[in-house]
Amino acid sequence: MHHFIDRRRNPSGKSLSNRQRLMRRARHYIKETVDKSVANRSIRDTKDGSLSGHEIITIPVKGITEPRFVHSSAGDLRHKVFPGNKDFVTGDRLPRPKLNGAEPGQKSSKDGEGEDEFSFGLTRNEYLDILFEGLELPDLSKRSVGKQETISQCRGGITTSGSPSNLNLVRTMRHSLGRRIALQRPSDAEMQRLEAQMERLLRINNPTAEILDQHKKLSQCLEKMERRRSVIGFIDPVDLRFNTFRPETRPNYKAVIFCLMDVSGSMQEREKDLAKRFFMLVHLFIDSVYAETEIVFIRHTQIAEDVNEETFFYDQQTGGTIVSSALEKMRDIIADRYSPDEWNIYGAQASDGENYSQDSAKCADLLSKALLPVCQYYAYVEIIPEREKKLLTTADAGGELWQAYRRVQQIWPRFDIERVANRDHIYPLFRTLFSPKLTGSGA
Amino acid sequence: MRSQKKMTPLFTGCSWSFDLLGQAHDAISKIALDELKLDIYPNQIEIISAEQMLDAYSCAGLPLMYQHWSFGKRFVRDESNYRQGRSGLAYEIVINSNPCISYNMEENSMAMQILVMSHAAFGHNHFFKNNYLFRDWTDASSIHDYLAFAKSFIAQCEQEYGDEEVEAVLDAAHALQDQGVFRYGRVAQPTTKEGEAMQLLRDQYANQKNVLDLWTDRHFGTCEPQGNLTQIDVAERRKGMQLPEENILYFLEKHSPILKPWQRQVIRIVRFLAQYLYPQKQTKVINEGCATFVHHYIINRLYETGQITQGTFLEIIHNHTNVVAQPEFDSPRFSGINPYALGFAMMEDIRRICENPTREDREWFPTFAGNNDWASVLRDAWRNYRDDSFILQFLSPHLIRKFKLFAITDNAKQPNLIVSQIHNREGYRNIRRMLAKSYDIAFLEPDIQVVDANMSGDRELKLNHTVHDGIQLETHNRVEVLRHIKQLWGYEVRLTGRDQKNDEVCYESTTATTAV
Repeated sequence: MHHFIDRRRNPSGKSLSNRQRLMRRARHYIKETVDKSVANRSIRDTKDGSLSGHEIITIPVKGITEPRFVHSSAGDLRHKVFPGNKDFVTGDRLPRPKLNGAEPGQKSSKDGEGEDEFSFGLTRNEYLDILFEGLELPDLSKRSVGKQETISQCRGGITTSGSPSNLNLVRTMRHSLGRRIALQRPSDAEMQRLEAQMERLLRINNPTAEILDQHKKLSQCLEKMERRRSVIGFIDPVDLRFNTFRPETRPNYKAVIFCLMDVSGSMQEREKDLAKRFFMLVHLFIDSVYAETEIVFIRHTQIAEDVNEETFFYDQQTGGTIVSSALEKMRDIIADRYSPDEWNIYGAQASDGENYSQDSAKCADLLSKALLPVCQYYAYVEIIPEREKKLLTTADAGGELWQAYRRVQQIWPRFDIERVANRDHIYPLFRTLFSPKLTGSGA
Repeated sequence: MRSQKKMTPLFTGCSWSFDLLGQAHDAISKIALDELKLDIYPNQIEIISAEQMLDAYSCAGLPLMYQHWSFGKRFVRDESNYRQGRSGLAYEIVINSNPCISYNMEENSMAMQILVMSHAAFGHNHFFKNNYLFRDWTDASSIHDYLAFAKSFIAQCEQEYGDEEVEAVLDAAHALQDQGVFRYGRVAQPTTKEGEAMQLLRDQYANQKNVLDLWTDRHFGTCEPQGNLTQIDVAERRKGMQLPEENILYFLEKHSPILKPWQRQVIRIVRFLAQYLYPQKQTKVINEGCATFVHHYIINRLYETGQITQGTFLEIIHNHTNVVAQPEFDSPRFSGINPYALGFAMMEDIRRICENPTREDREWFPTFAGNNDWASVLRDAWRNYRDDSFILQFLSPHLIRKFKLFAITDNAKQPNLIVSQIHNREGYRNIRRMLAKSYDIAFLEPDIQVVDANMSGDRELKLNHTVHDGIQLETHNRVEVLRHIKQLWGYEVRLTGRDQKNDEVCYESTTATTAV
């Protein structure tokens, strides 16, 4: 009468679509929390390891309540039965417990939240999707029409002729088998059976005439089969099938990001932290758009160095400041390793705006002549002290480097400059940099 | 009755296999059917993984469910609790269906599988098949088909009318789930023949009505009386809509002026499922008690006959003891009365009263004390009672003393709480009554009814809440739910709270004012 069923191999994830519905419903709250979380997370998290895990998001229950008619917990007369009486006798008076404030239930009836805050984990992709919702890489489509095409081979179906190296074995054998069955080509097994039978007959010591006759018949039969086999080939030219490939031009999806940071003495821990947060966002975002991204870290004082991520973010250094050295380095690396035909090049630069005097003009020159023509987009972020934020209210005011860059910006729309003073501004700033521009920009 | 002949143990290790499960099932079945004389649906036991258990959790344990974000919410919460180790998973889930489906977790040891099978596949199964609430209110054999239909219907609606439209109706209907059940007597389902006859009558009426409309149309014939309606007219109107009606979802489905046919069907689905789950709400103590008593009996018999080893027995008893633990009121682990503990203790107590009654027991339970046939007394209780009536009938003074039950009265007008009853001669009956009442769904859920709607006037839907003991509705929820009703009704909704004793209006709440 019993019946056991093993359901363990049934597909799991039955609740996935319900979960997506929940996410859609709570999208507003989730987004708010995700945006807030960016400001507070540690930079280490950008590394794939820790972010690939779950991002725990806590959202207020308010957006996803399921209201019901329920009795309020405050009221006139209630009786309740409890177990485990120790020493109470009838008529004992107890002070009302003050667990939920003076009047029990008052709190919950005010905001209607019986439950606590509601938290759950987002996957890396969900997290990034929400984080970068509505953002766009500037100028991506426009430039990809031009040079950024590579030719790749893609499958073009099956044909009856081709080079032997492209032989499609499975298809060929399938056709061969069908033909052999249709033309009744004797199989190996049949031949072997006959041979074995003949051998058995031969082994008989005193063969009678009947046996000899039988043997003769068999050998004739075998001969016939051999002939048939030689006429009907195991594989015939009509069976052959080949894979074909046709060349396809597709837009190039490789990207390289140059992160340029000033690490001179004037860049303190705070400035560096802000810069790193900015780079982290740029990296995450570009990474989520392109299949293949490389990232080049260039730090500079009065000289520029191409360093690895670890050194870039965590190594200490002091010195003077010559910004153009970093730009030169970037130019050299592009010439050396990243041909603009093949790579989408992005630049992100962070600095506190201090520069060796007279160098700023050189920077602007380098940018407009050497870098911007090959870059997809270049963003410059100037990190300023909080108190200056109030002073530098207009875009026109600013240091020498800022002024020089302002002039470049007016010529090159794919060049953007922004100022940032504290952590909370990084993400909005990032969003303004990468939100889709209304008017078509670029050459 | 009991054979003391020792058999060889069914198994010794801790891991299970399908062969072992089959043998164990047969051994359990023998005890359950021959000794306890249980009457069960055929069993279908499914082994699932932890992930699938989480999936099943989120949909009220049903094997198929339409899609809605609230199930996603439950899933996400359970999942994160489980992953962070804050809560474990149930060992099993059992569904009231024919055949009776129970889900067992793959992680259970063989001993646990035996416990779970005895508990769910026999205890709960017997209860589902026999208890009057389940027999009256649920169709165990058709629930799967209905769920499949509901799922595909809602998916189809989503395709046709968009996710958001469907979600809006489901949200509103879910808010009224508790008010979407018939509580008293089920409307008998018409047989096919009766159904056809009724359809014929309706068609005839519709044909006549076309002619009739011609005469009653205001251009041709008499029109609706204008001006003030008399008491009789209002009564007529209410009678026409079969008011008062406490099944608000049913009323909206039938009478809402704005709903489209598919929306009515969606409401019907929610209503059907609410009705299907309604008996479970009323039978927590007796249902769990039944299952716990059955597994406890079976495990002991298996051990006595030598079919399980001492180690297995101890593992099971350890789990059993955890399940039926009742922390005292001042313990940090106290969170109300444990239905497993109360139900199991009451049933063991019934057995004791049948086998070794004291004088007090004979006085309190003259009908069965000392009759030695505890199995049939229990079967009768499982069949004909729900939580509140079971407690009211069977809670003995002995058990009240054992649990040291006492009652606290909380009167808002008094500064202090008062210990009103304790486990003594004066208190027994009162405590029993109070405890039973705390399981009575009629007092747990607010009593709200549709009383009137003037369809030829402003069409305001009038609801009445009968307030017991001055306990009102929680405000925020009330406002939200009224908004949902308004969405389904299409016009304003007014809820009036009236005191049960003197019919005075305690409060009034309407969607019209909240909208302004």
